[in-house]
Amino acid sequence: MQITSPTFKNNARDALKDEQLQKALGHVKHNFIDKRAKAVADLPEFDALRDSAIEIKNHVLANLDVYLETFEANVLKNGGQVHWAATASDARGQILDICRRVGAKTVTKGKSMISEEIGLNEFLEASDVQPIETDLGEYIIQLRGEHPSHIIAPAVHLNIGQVREEFQKQHTHLPADRELEAPESLLLEARGILREKFQKADVGITGANFLVAETGTTIIVTNEGNGDLTQTLPRVHIVIASIEKIVPTLEDMSQIIRILARSATGQEMSVYTTLSTGPRRKGDLDGPEEFHVILLDNGRSDMIGTEFQDMLRCIRCGACMNHCPVYHAVGGHAYGWVYPGPMGSVLTPKFIGVDKAGHLPNASTFCGRCEAVCPMKIPLPKMMRHWREQEFEKHLSPPSHRRNLAMWAWTAKRPALYRFATRLAARALWILGGTKKRTGFLPLSGEWTKYRDMPTPEGSTFMAQWKSGVRPAKSGGKSGAAS
Amino acid sequence: MKESLRVGLFVTCLVDLFRPSVGFAAVKLLEDAGCEVFVPVSQTCCGQPAYNSGDKADTADIAQQVIKAFEEFDYIVAPSGSCAGMLSKHYPELFAKDPAWDQRSRKFAVKVFELVSFLTDVLKIEKVDAALDARITYHDSCSGLRELDIKNQPRKLLASMNGVTLTEMKNPDVCCGFGGTFAVKYSDISNSIVSEKITNVENAEADLLLAGDLGCLLNMAGKLRRTGAKTEVRHVAEVLAGMTDTPPIGGKA
Repeated sequence: MQITSPTFKNNARDALKDEQLQKALGHVKHNFIDKRAKAVADLPEFDALRDSAIEIKNHVLANLDVYLETFEANVLKNGGQVHWAATASDARGQILDICRRVGAKTVTKGKSMISEEIGLNEFLEASDVQPIETDLGEYIIQLRGEHPSHIIAPAVHLNIGQVREEFQKQHTHLPADRELEAPESLLLEARGILREKFQKADVGITGANFLVAETGTTIIVTNEGNGDLTQTLPRVHIVIASIEKIVPTLEDMSQIIRILARSATGQEMSVYTTLSTGPRRKGDLDGPEEFHVILLDNGRSDMIGTEFQDMLRCIRCGACMNHCPVYHAVGGHAYGWVYPGPMGSVLTPKFIGVDKAGHLPNASTFCGRCEAVCPMKIPLPKMMRHWREQEFEKHLSPPSHRRNLAMWAWTAKRPALYRFATRLAARALWILGGTKKRTGFLPLSGEWTKYRDMPTPEGSTFMAQWKSGVRPAKSGGKSGAAS
Repeated sequence: MKESLRVGLFVTCLVDLFRPSVGFAAVKLLEDAGCEVFVPVSQTCCGQPAYNSGDKADTADIAQQVIKAFEEFDYIVAPSGSCAGMLSKHYPELFAKDPAWDQRSRKFAVKVFELVSFLTDVLKIEKVDAALDARITYHDSCSGLRELDIKNQPRKLLASMNGVTLTEMKNPDVCCGFGGTFAVKYSDISNSIVSEKITNVENAEADLLLAGDLGCLLNMAGKLRRTGAKTEVRHVAEVLAGMTDTPPIGGKA
């Protein structure tokens, strides 16, 4: 996909002007937040589960090699195959090889952000294999030639009118005057079309929410059941998953799953939790003949042992973006690559380079709401700050910012000089504020005064007044001398 | 008589420059609570502008300057959750790998408190001797709320005042869009966030908007005054200290 993170500021400006998008984002702002809050309140052990989940993930990250090899051994034992992909390109190649070997023309897909990360759809299309997204949101945005704007609600930027319009435009084999007003009609139409695709597909590709080492099982959670049809109907099932999805046991998975849906959609559980353990066995009524797991690294193992290691605990629930005021303001596409919101602001610089994605970790107020709701307590603001540090060290931040910062810091380290400068500033701004005590125009502060007034100081700094002996009126106690 | 606590007042750069009244209100509240207040002259800023811009070296220099100036006191108190969070949570992180400053910064950090939290959580004050006839809505500033667990403390003290009615806005715990340099670096986004915030403030139909951090207050007051809204703005310390003779932040509505 085309990377637009470098133009984040312009993307954001356009998004803020897009009335339709702004309306759609209201859904994120309210529904997800309220539902999560209720789900969490209804589960007294939520925080205990969170701590336990963090422990499991930390343990896995400390022993990743062991669990990955155990997982591989068990997949092989179950009759499946494991493909190690160091890079996105390796993963794409491995998937295409399988598709070509079995002569696949169409591939159905369950929802997978990893497939977005490796740019799988574009690649398959260019290689004459037709990928068909089967998650309703993914199906809609595929029709529109878009990418997900949210990791669990890919079409959250759209309204129903846009979906209707798209179906009318694309589903030309259906009568033009058919009833499409009710949301159910849209749903039934998509379902009808997808049924056919499921039956014709040669290969089904799904992601994985968990990889269970002890059993060699891959697990997806969905709400539509499309994942089940994607993986059981075609002859070949390919799972594409990144290495940090591993957990040691089914018991571990069942602990983490209790906080996953609650954090994501506010459901106690997703509607479907589907476990895949190898291909169809003798006597099985259904299931694929071949079962492949692509294990993608794509730079993740480099994060281990660095200040970004905790990010590998992420279970892709989307709670961080659901609660992010910046995401609420601009939506997911403005971030300019696969992963939006706070988790994207940490991951994107890792994948496409901080030189291209530098805006993302900077475009945060550090309000900390993401970290507060993250089921894995990932210190997202701290990691965004780490990116800012790397930016600063590599001299990537704008020269004007660096100059201002250097001048400010130089002064802040010289208290006497600082006193002098602030006394002047307090005086000048006080004059500017006049009797209104605010100003709509301030030299060098156009970005502030474009949208708001600047409240002006009271005339003299606190430190100057304190030094000259000013003390609060009617003070009950005694004051120590200035030390 | 018990010897009074020696408290170092970390004024904060914004209070020093923009709103000295908040500093004097803090002094009054601390003295009324029996503390002896000291104001070290070598303080400037907590270093957040550098810290959040990725400039660790300058941050460390400024942090050391603050620690040296304040470590002698029993407590260090700031009328800001953001600066208190910087001193108490982030200084130790900053020096975690510096053997010379690791211990020292942690010893310092445990003595740092935000003003209202210090009054209630440490001094166990349940009531202030001030009155104001006003409907008040309170905005939870992010750092105070999420780094220092400040939520009920200011509301409790405000509720103890004669004449005060508290009226909650929708989403008082959602960011106002200030975020330090964020407000000017990403002014379009910041504007969108503060616009929603002041809509919630106005809908609360309060006379007065309070918060514990001047950054947020300058941002919200600037927006409220620009849009011609009616709610006036003050720092919570001014109200708790009964020092509301000065014009509100950004002037009268």
